[in-house]
Amino acid sequence: MNMMTKTNDLALLQKVSAFLWTEADLLDAKDYDTWLALWLTEGFYTLPIGEGDDFDNQLNLCHDNDRMRRDRIQRFQQGFSISSAPPARTVRTVSRFVIESVEGDTVTVSSAEHVIEDKFGRQRVWAGNMRHTLVASGDGFKIRAKVVRLLNSDGMLNSFSYLF
Amino acid sequence: MLHTAEKFSDLDALYSPESKVATSMYENADLFNEEMERIFKRTWVWVAHDSELADKGAFKLSNVGLEPVIVVRDRKGDVNVLVNRCRHRAATVCEVKKGKTSSFQCPYHGWGYGLDGSLRGLPYPEQYGDDFDKGAHGLKRLRTESYNGMIFATFNDEVEPLVDFLGTEVCRYIDLFMKQGGGFPVKVLGEHQFTVPMNWKVQLENTTDAYHFPVVHKSFMQSLDGDAEEAFKFLETGKGYVEDLGNGHSVMVMIPERIDLDEHLDDPMEERFLPLAKELRDEGYPEDQVKKIVRAVGGAGFNLNLFPNVSFSLAFFRVLTPVNVERTDIRHIALGMEGGPAAANRMRMRLHEHFQGPMGFGSPDDAEVWERVQRGTKGGEDLPILVNRGLIDEQPGALGPRGHISAETGMRAAYKMWKRMMSL
Repeated sequence: MNMMTKTNDLALLQKVSAFLWTEADLLDAKDYDTWLALWLTEGFYTLPIGEGDDFDNQLNLCHDNDRMRRDRIQRFQQGFSISSAPPARTVRTVSRFVIESVEGDTVTVSSAEHVIEDKFGRQRVWAGNMRHTLVASGDGFKIRAKVVRLLNSDGMLNSFSYLF
Repeated sequence: MLHTAEKFSDLDALYSPESKVATSMYENADLFNEEMERIFKRTWVWVAHDSELADKGAFKLSNVGLEPVIVVRDRKGDVNVLVNRCRHRAATVCEVKKGKTSSFQCPYHGWGYGLDGSLRGLPYPEQYGDDFDKGAHGLKRLRTESYNGMIFATFNDEVEPLVDFLGTEVCRYIDLFMKQGGGFPVKVLGEHQFTVPMNWKVQLENTTDAYHFPVVHKSFMQSLDGDAEEAFKFLETGKGYVEDLGNGHSVMVMIPERIDLDEHLDDPMEERFLPLAKELRDEGYPEDQVKKIVRAVGGAGFNLNLFPNVSFSLAFFRVLTPVNVERTDIRHIALGMEGGPAAANRMRMRLHEHFQGPMGFGSPDDAEVWERVQRGTKGGEDLPILVNRGLIDEQPGALGPRGHISAETGMRAAYKMWKRMMSL
């Protein structure tokens, strides 16, 4: 991955896109164990509220370290949480990839995500701006940070039984 | 109005003396409209916390029942609650959720209002003639009073003063709740918002419902470490209680040792708070203050439920806003310490994110069962909803009955007030 120096590198864009599509596929399939393995232990998965960037010192929808990610997945999987047993089903599209920076083995990429959920015979639509910080690892990447800013993060939401 | 008043004249059929609630209470749109008039237009409704309006000119949008209002601190430092509607042709004068301003100007024809709602100026006023009375065309202003930082407003100029509506016991519990500042003033850190397809009374019942906790929140309990899990096993230990505090208000005491956060300061700290204690000591806080702050971070050990729209729980406010008969907006407002250690506020926010809001380990399961109640009422119209649990061993309390921690005493308190207000 020594070639990763330019943000307009199409081969890198393709590689990053493939990774994010794989991640999206895992999340729709709720293959959470495989998803957890994509992460670096020190990584944070964050859904902020509004525009702030100081996630540690602001209230977010979630701001998960490794422990919280694992607890969250366990909660989804154990079957005691009525909202996730069964969860809403989802179909998501991830696109509009923009490589924002490449530094050494670290790539920051922003993208758009649309999620449609289905439960109780009703569908809801969510849109968010995502930013992944990815670190080259073997043939692919590991996630160091993932921030999903829902378009209406500071508005009236519903409850979520899945991940963005 | 006369027609619907007649229709709902048999209030005993809606909430019976045997503590049974009729199905239509959750799904009759005419009844909902009647409630908005007779309850939300006539009593004190919570609109904001002082800390949300720290400076002069600070404002936030809120609701009193169905009516959108602006809550704003004026230049004199007084809080005004104003209906968000231009007196000319009704356009909203503010669509920013919160912020700071020196005035409100209608975007349609430019009528400008002061922070107290008074009409300051309008373009080309001469067409209204010389006798146009600006004083009679200010934004509609609600009566506003506050207690210990909690700001309430009402459309009803005849209603009793706020402190009388709250009553002595509620005021006492509010004071106790605010001790979670740990020696600092309580401040709002942020809020989680979600809307649920349910009648507002399903929510009104829930904050005084300990019975559901081990069932609905099993997955939350499982994500806790030993000490914390013990603290939330309040149904098993059975030391708590629910008490009717009058006027529809109630308290549900889950963890009695946490009623007064100035007490039990020398009890062993829960394991989950040890890293915070170390951080505070490292920052140079004296041991007495460390103990006080750490104890406060865990929040109060009771839920105080005020009729009709706000409750105080652990370290947050839960606010309900009725939208229509089958939709209610919920806000979970996280609380911290103004000027307190950043580490303590960080922990508060992580605890809040853990349980509350759209991505919490608790709220989504609450939202699911509330929606299931609303869906369930589509069947068996003739079957009553039961809120009679725990009647068997209720004892007299200071102002009303006190029941077992899992009793539905708080719901009965709310429905008693509901009936009183609906009959006036």
